[in-house]
Amino acid sequence: MSFAMKTAAPSMVAGSRRSSVRVQAMKYDEELIKTARTIASPGKGIMAMDESNATCGKRLDSIGVENTEPNRLAYRELLLTAPALGNYISGAIMFEETLYQSNKAGKKLTTICQEQGIQVGIKVDKGLVNMSNSNGEQWCQGLDGLDKRCADYYAAGARFAKWRSVVSIPQGPSMIAVRDCAYGLARYAAIAQNAGLVPIVEPEVLLDGEQDIDRTLEVSQAVWAETFKYLADNNVLFEGMLLKPAMVTPGADCKKRASPAQVAEYTLRMLRRRVPPAVPGIMFLSGGQSELEATLNLNEMNKSPNPWHVSFSYARALQNSVLKTWQGKPENVKAAQDSLLARAKANSLAQLGKYDPASEGSQEAAKSLYEKGYKY
Amino acid sequence: AQCTDNWSTCSRTAVTGHHHHISKMQVTHMRSAQCGQRVNRSRTTSVRCQAKFSTQQQIPFAAELIANAGYICQPGRGILASDESNMTTGKRLNAVGIENTESNRRDWRELLYSAPGLGQYISGCIMFDETLYQKSASGQQFTELLMSQGIYPGIKMDTGLQILPGGLGETATQGLDGLLDRAKAYKAQGARFAKWRAVLKIGEQGCPTTMAIHENAHALARYAQICQEAGLVPIVEPEVTLGPGNYTIEETAYWSERFYSHVFRMLNEYGVMLEGILLKPNMCLAGLDAPVCTPKEVAHYTVRTMKRCIPPAVPGIHFLSGGMSEEESTVNLQALQDEYPGSPWALTFSYGRALQSTTLKTWAGKPENVDAAKAVLVSLAKANSLAQQGLYKGPHPVPGGGRIIQAMRIGGAGK
Repeated sequence: MSFAMKTAAPSMVAGSRRSSVRVQAMKYDEELIKTARTIASPGKGIMAMDESNATCGKRLDSIGVENTEPNRLAYRELLLTAPALGNYISGAIMFEETLYQSNKAGKKLTTICQEQGIQVGIKVDKGLVNMSNSNGEQWCQGLDGLDKRCADYYAAGARFAKWRSVVSIPQGPSMIAVRDCAYGLARYAAIAQNAGLVPIVEPEVLLDGEQDIDRTLEVSQAVWAETFKYLADNNVLFEGMLLKPAMVTPGADCKKRASPAQVAEYTLRMLRRRVPPAVPGIMFLSGGQSELEATLNLNEMNKSPNPWHVSFSYARALQNSVLKTWQGKPENVKAAQDSLLARAKANSLAQLGKYDPASEGSQEAAKSLYEKGYKY
Repeated sequence: AQCTDNWSTCSRTAVTGHHHHISKMQVTHMRSAQCGQRVNRSRTTSVRCQAKFSTQQQIPFAAELIANAGYICQPGRGILASDESNMTTGKRLNAVGIENTESNRRDWRELLYSAPGLGQYISGCIMFDETLYQKSASGQQFTELLMSQGIYPGIKMDTGLQILPGGLGETATQGLDGLLDRAKAYKAQGARFAKWRAVLKIGEQGCPTTMAIHENAHALARYAQICQEAGLVPIVEPEVTLGPGNYTIEETAYWSERFYSHVFRMLNEYGVMLEGILLKPNMCLAGLDAPVCTPKEVAHYTVRTMKRCIPPAVPGIHFLSGGMSEEESTVNLQALQDEYPGSPWALTFSYGRALQSTTLKTWAGKPENVDAAKAVLVSLAKANSLAQQGLYKGPHPVPGGGRIIQAMRIGGAGK
């Protein structure tokens, strides 16, 4: 039921402001809730493969492959056609180029994705730029024309979106940087939902720095408090949204390291203090942790039940071994896909709290993927 | 050139709620040559994001607060709210023909607190200032009497409502002045938890204003912070009050969300440790002139609002009865458990009128009615205890009652 608020009718409900924005169902509400739940289902997580062309180029460079459109296509197709990937992966985030690509046989990558039972996601932000008068921090662009972009992406088959803002602890962080991060995410989330896309809300507290785990907790709490403040103000439907936080860990250069149990304890404490149960899923980013660390930490967090689905949205932590195995050679495709499936399965088990580290054979999995001053 | 910005307005001040490093930050920032220059990234300029109490290790009474909160919101038990001011208590007593004297108020509370077996169903009792210091007829402190029942004493900390400017009859809650000293004194007297009631009115033209929401959320957060500092578990009570009008349950839910989200953003900014508070919200109901909503409807909107607003770190949500009849209060509480079994916070009760109304009428000031009145109280408490566990099947000890409305009292100044 809806109630329109008109100032001309004094017998109508409170105030001259339109207060009914979230009281009546909006066009996509049911679909958003359904999509969010499908992505956040037991044993499943997200494969993030939305690297910009430049960043994808870095990946390909590292294995001596030239950064061309056909090569990027070949790589993404490799990932998406891994057999029965949908057993472990419920969503794949794409970059715009990939959303519109077709393979050599003329089949759209989005179709391949959907046929695997994997929801199509799309990066919708326009990247990070320097923020004036801050402590040398960055803000995330992309609100201009976002409503139209989202509508186009929906038409192309996307059902969820992603926007990545960052917060840097060594830089402060300053109040204006945290505010802008939260503000941008909230406006993006509202716009995306109105276009039928489930927004993944990602204020990444970067791994860079010497801060200890307590400081990371403090900053994470402040960032999420601010983010939920703006999300609520913008009438974002929490049941139709997903979060993509960083785990709470010591900084990359902090001498005092933390065990998976400690990372889990701190991260869950942060989530319990800031995330209301209406949010269906929390899909952690790996942010430079090694493949193994990312899986172990996730597993620890799922040892007992949580009010929200606690899972993964990994890029580097799923793709690293894949790239090293592929080396750009067609004859390595199957082995590379096996490698992807192994990591996907490990993380799927971790989501269920059932991962056994003894099952890991790979040395590669233990390598740190941290890059100082990383540009996505 | 020196930076001329004050540290509190300079945009380079790091995210902060409480400024424990004010002087260092201010001094260091004044030393930097000019605005626009990158502020020194060393630890001296890095201001803490929140009050030092935000991290559990630093809050002095953290373990005690968590333990007390956990005790109060344990399964199958809830709170008896008997913290009516002397004036309000007087109105209640008068309504059943009893004079409002200290002795009568004392007799009334002794009846409640000595009800046999009450402690099976009640874990905490909120008291008014006068009552916290009173004794039973045999000379036992009420606080001790309650503890002997396994009931933790709590204390009303606010000093009442005042009207906000704007002509809409909205209210602010008073009591911050001297609050820390009072909290310490109450703790010494035996109180383990505290309560502060903030009221938001909806359903009338222009209500609620942003001013009312901000003022009430702010005061609640300051009160909560101060109580934790003194070692009392703060019950945070943001009440969207049941009032006249035919506004819908959806509207109540909407404004409850807005109000609670403000409350939590203030609690966050003020570094209140959420594991050491209890929440006392309203259930979502339609206006008094609209048809009474079914328990299922009440549960749907109430649970949805809680899920959207209350982080799992809060251990217990003790709903107020706020005018619901005794039976309504019980069946709605049961419906909440059905709606969200396995909720991360306890969904429980803190009832005043819904436990006391018929109890008082049964007593009517007559000694020969005391036992019967106690039995009524315990039967009501038991029904709610069962409802809290999702086990209530009826029949209700006091069925079919109507709404129990009390007028909002302004300007009490804590009396």
